[in-house]
Amino acid sequence: MGRRAAPTSRFATRYLPSRMRLEYFEMIDRVVSLDRTGKRIEARSVVPDESPIFEGHFPGHPLMPGVLLTETMAQASGYLVLGLMDFSHMPFLMAVDKARFRTFVGPRSELAITAELEHEGSGYAVTKAAIAVAGKRICDASLRFKTMPFPDGMAAAMREQARRIGLLAAAG
Amino acid sequence: MSSTFETVANIISETADIPREQITPDAHAIDDLGIDSLAFLDIAFAIDKAFAIKLPLEQWTQEVNEGKVPAEEYFVLKNLVARIDALVAAKNA
Repeated sequence: MGRRAAPTSRFATRYLPSRMRLEYFEMIDRVVSLDRTGKRIEARSVVPDESPIFEGHFPGHPLMPGVLLTETMAQASGYLVLGLMDFSHMPFLMAVDKARFRTFVGPRSELAITAELEHEGSGYAVTKAAIAVAGKRICDASLRFKTMPFPDGMAAAMREQARRIGLLAAAG
Repeated sequence: MSSTFETVANIISETADIPREQITPDAHAIDDLGIDSLAFLDIAFAIDKAFAIKLPLEQWTQEVNEGKVPAEEYFVLKNLVARIDALVAAKNA
């Protein structure tokens, strides 16, 4: 009590708009590049200012849950596989290895997400993915996906999702 | 048995946490060793890396599902080893 709120700075940082919708599992704001030769994708997302997720994680101290950072790395990896395979197969996450969460990530954090294809097997794919904030790596993991023909009705919706985040343009 | 079998058996033992002595050439990966599809993909990944090949799992699965080839042809370890040797030979040809 009695403390006055700090005055809002006239030079307040301007944040990029977030398009992440955590509660809808839309984790990738936009794809920056897809390198077919290097088998690598770069994507960006901005953690939203508000989300029901933060009501519980944690009360009064909003932090991105590690499980959602993992999902973000998995989605970047998935879009990489989709792009490299030209939407012939859908990747489904089946294993998370060596996941490490190295520091806290809060609202408005600008996530630089990268994923590289480590191995393309028959019916599966392996990636290494990481997220950096302000040039500092905040998490990484090795991810494995089962790749299979699209279930009925899914291909068009995934292609639309990919178009929305700029994957189709990046894939060329 | 061949060094290929030794390599594959060690991979299975480490990846699926199965005692090495249970892994014999006549063992069926699924029926005898209880390896599920997730563990089998872990094993396939390790085999792909160890031998620098690409096990054609999609083709094998399709053939088994369509009844064209009995599962034993791929999942009994001595048969799996023979197919790995053939893939390595084809790669080096």
